Amino acid sequence: MTLRAAVLIVLLAASVVSRAQSNSSAPPKGNPVYAELSKVPRKAAARRNPLEADPEALAAGAKLFDLHCAECHGEMAEGGKKAPSLLADEVQQATPGTLFWLLTNGVVRRGMPVWSKLPEPQRWQLVRFIKSLGPPQPPDPNRQKAPHP
Amino acid sequence: MLSANIPTQSPFSGGWLSAFGLIAIVLFVAPPVQSQESPYIVTYDHYLEEPGSLEVEYFSTFGTQRAGNDFHAFWAEFEYGATAWWTTELYFDGQTTFNDSTIFTGFRWENRFRLLQREHFLNPVLYIEYEQTSGADKILKEVEGHDIEADYAVPNALARQEHDHEIESKLLLSKTFAGWNIAENTIATKNVTGGNPWEFGYAIGTSRPLALKASVQRCSFCPENFIAGIEMYGGLGDRHSFGLHDTSHYLAPVIAWNLPSDWTLRLSPGFGLNDNSHRFLLRWGVSREFSGFGSAISRLFGGRQ
Repeated sequence: MTLRAAVLIVLLAASVVSRAQSNSSAPPKGNPVYAELSKVPRKAAARRNPLEADPEALAAGAKLFDLHCAECHGEMAEGGKKAPSLLADEVQQATPGTLFWLLTNGVVRRGMPVWSKLPEPQRWQLVRFIKSLGPPQPPDPNRQKAPHP
Repeated sequence: MLSANIPTQSPFSGGWLSAFGLIAIVLFVAPPVQSQESPYIVTYDHYLEEPGSLEVEYFSTFGTQRAGNDFHAFWAEFEYGATAWWTTELYFDGQTTFNDSTIFTGFRWENRFRLLQREHFLNPVLYIEYEQTSGADKILKEVEGHDIEADYAVPNALARQEHDHEIESKLLLSKTFAGWNIAENTIATKNVTGGNPWEFGYAIGTSRPLALKASVQRCSFCPENFIAGIEMYGGLGDRHSFGLHDTSHYLAPVIAWNLPSDWTLRLSPGFGLNDNSHRFLLRWGVSREFSGFGSAISRLFGGRQ
């Protein structure tokens, strides 16, 4: 095998896979990735965001979103060719624990990489930002009962 | 055989020039993006390149050499995320041996496959590499078999006459917990030229960002931009003589600086742990990731927008 042949094989294989991926990606609405939200284990979905009350979490999450997520999900999280909208009801109605679990584990077979390489607090900061993109949530009755830290 | 062609055929002639020009255009079009790069130079964790992203890297290794000339080995690396479970990489290696010469020493084509869809207690990744290098290759990307310092004292003119065609496989195991990444790589290599036995090696590493929470502002010197750790790697003999006899081993602190300007810098001073090892290896690297490279290539060839 020559160097030239090896380079051509790499480019060809990568091009074919990239093409196949782009052709198989569904439009943002009804994206099958949303179905993954319902597969999150119940215990993980019930986790609370420990940075919910952190005054800096929202801004830090926005920065992280811009750095790591906007390329695929769009600058306004409106979705793109490669990844679905995060403004959709499916995402905005998901619990913080659900989004955290999905960030951590990815949806590898549908092109969403695992993001556990981001430390856990940064993933919670991202979740805080993503949840802020939707309409205001009704107050959580359980939260009101909890003593203020 | 490629190695025989190297002295007579420049990789930058003819069609290659236009190919590199095309890639340069695509890199210009593809937006750079900051990623959280690991600091390891030798050890691999289980994280793959983001799909469609291309990371262009340059690495250097300066090594001391007893009973010979010190050397500076270098490689360029093009790492592409073909899918979320497959990353492919192409390396071009070279080296300068002081008081000797500078030569191109070969190429490597590496593939990493994520074996499990989700995160688990340990996350396995299968690594398969084909490499076509000369005996003068000194990048020390991994240490295996009975690789020892004395092998690197051979003059370039002689060493480059040896042509190696190797299949290298690794099982990469990695876990990140509470900000700490722990990674272990088991290496098995077969030189398919001649009747060489399987050779074995290992690499282990651990690392952690200096801060786990992200700061609000984009900043160069925020602690979360720095990831520090340590790695250890060495040979484990071959199929006929497995073990630590006649093997070399290194311990190397590592640090990566992920800049908001989309560049990552890595630095690693390595120290030989026995008399068969180079006393000192100084490694450093610089890389930049370009997201959307795959889409840009696809558009160039008429793919959908």
